[in-house]
Amino acid sequence: MVPSDLRYTKDHEWVRVDGDTATIGVTDFAASQLGDVVFVDLPAVGKAVEQFATFGVVESVKAVSDLYAPLSGEVLEVNADLGSKPELVNSDPFGDGWMIRVKVGDAAQLGELLDAAGYEKLTAEA
Amino acid sequence: MAYGPHTPADRQRMLAALGMRSVDELFADIPERLRSSPLRLDPPEPEQLLMNRLAGLAAKNRVDLASFLGAGAYRHFSPPMVDQILLRGEWYTAYTPYQPEVSQGTLQSIYEYESLLAELVGLDVVSASHYDGAAATAEAALMTCRATGRGRVLVSRAVHPHYREVLRTYFDGAGLGLEDIPLVAEGPERGTTDLAALERRLADPENPAAGVVLAQPSFYGLLEHMADAANLAHAAGALFVAVVEPVSLAVLAPPGAYGADIAAGEGQALGIPPQYGGPYLGILACTEPLVRQIPGRLVGMTTDVDGKRAYVMTLQAREQHIRREKAASNICTNQTLLALAASVWLSALGPHGLRDVAALGAARASELEAALAAVGVARAHTSAYLNEFAILVPNAAEVHRELLRRGVLAGLVLAEAVPDEPSLADTLLVCATEMTTGDDIATFAREIGAVLGDQAGSSPGVSAPKAELSAAGARPEVARG
Repeated sequence: MVPSDLRYTKDHEWVRVDGDTATIGVTDFAASQLGDVVFVDLPAVGKAVEQFATFGVVESVKAVSDLYAPLSGEVLEVNADLGSKPELVNSDPFGDGWMIRVKVGDAAQLGELLDAAGYEKLTAEA
Repeated sequence: MAYGPHTPADRQRMLAALGMRSVDELFADIPERLRSSPLRLDPPEPEQLLMNRLAGLAAKNRVDLASFLGAGAYRHFSPPMVDQILLRGEWYTAYTPYQPEVSQGTLQSIYEYESLLAELVGLDVVSASHYDGAAATAEAALMTCRATGRGRVLVSRAVHPHYREVLRTYFDGAGLGLEDIPLVAEGPERGTTDLAALERRLADPENPAAGVVLAQPSFYGLLEHMADAANLAHAAGALFVAVVEPVSLAVLAPPGAYGADIAAGEGQALGIPPQYGGPYLGILACTEPLVRQIPGRLVGMTTDVDGKRAYVMTLQAREQHIRREKAASNICTNQTLLALAASVWLSALGPHGLRDVAALGAARASELEAALAAVGVARAHTSAYLNEFAILVPNAAEVHRELLRRGVLAGLVLAEAVPDEPSLADTLLVCATEMTTGDDIATFAREIGAVLGDQAGSSPGVSAPKAELSAAGARPEVARG
């Protein structure tokens, strides 16, 4: 079961919108597919990210994947804990394993994302 | 590991497994016009005739010259143990071990190369390895762009002209910007990188620089103010790349000591003979925060399941067999055999031996400067050098040709190597190493004095070669080349 209050991309990122702040991470499905995460490369605070464009890279013992932004906006904060504890992405993908917070530019972009049911259907087919 | 080429029977078995009849069928998807046409080669010759022909070609090489040519490739004594170890067949494996941990010996040799070079450059991480110094320098410049997210690199005009050309090739293709930092034109610092100009070029908030590239010693042999340049780069948020000559690091401050983020350089001087077109060895090193930006193999030491020491390829996620087009580089090769040669040479010399080599070269160069000054040939610059310097010689190209006829390879004609640097007209770049003998220096001084004397006496032409020198075996066809 994935959290019902989040929105999802087809590339397995999630976003939680709280006021005009959006928190972004990858799903437990992504984390389990990647295997043990050893490094997360995240953008600098202040950088603009664009919906569905690459904002970072996640590296596991067996693969490297690009991270795609669910929403456009300016990076307000990055999860500094991932620098020394990248395994948080595996142990708590929807919580302490979050990656970046952005200032939401256009809330209407949420409409282009999957809801929990839609995302579960996607992963069930995968 | 034994190496044997595929036999026709092997090929038939592979084709049968694919359900194909011919190799052409295998490549049927490639349009005809894109396929290579058969090589047009001369008919085969008997081995004996072929050997004679090759011996004839090899005989055109001049090994009788008193050589003062450096300019990026340097002659050093290489003890026979270097070649002897390279001759062992165990080292001749596939050049990129993608299933590497079965070859612990190869990985250990790479690990030792990395450790030796890390000590020499004073940085945390060394990759093994790159084609040559030019390729390593270009990769270093690209690293600064990836690490900073900026797209403009400033390169000193005192960096080797070939390296600057390779940089342009890499940068044009990547759509990145490359700008020259000019040389100081006048005064005691002339010929070194103009740091005031660097500061001005860094002060562009609209177009911030990713990196600054200087060479130490510079292509002209001069010692640069590397710490000052590094500080200027860092103050502007740019990374600093030092292009180094590894032997010099035994007596000069290493890049890590003056704040370089990345060091690049040509590893040929580490026991690999100068040769036309390589193979050479590109050195690339960086600080730990840049480790994911460095291209090339990285080998780490760890323990296996039984707690025994073991070597592994590490951080492979940067590399093209994992990351494909997003790899740190798609233009890098692992010059393991050359890296091994460098490791054996460094191990044979040890830290004291290496310091002796560097110090002897510097001492020979200062003898050379004095001997040339005694016949009226002065340096073109005044700031400090290590073992290579430019000299002022009227009609440099002609004098160079005449000296070749007289058995002296008088370095490099700078006007030909760097045609876009007018201040270098009428200069030769000359170098000395521990291989330079007192006799070589005396010969050079005597002959250049004679050539310049003849020139002054019978200007404008240069005198014809002296008969006794032609008889002594000088080969005019090389001098013409």
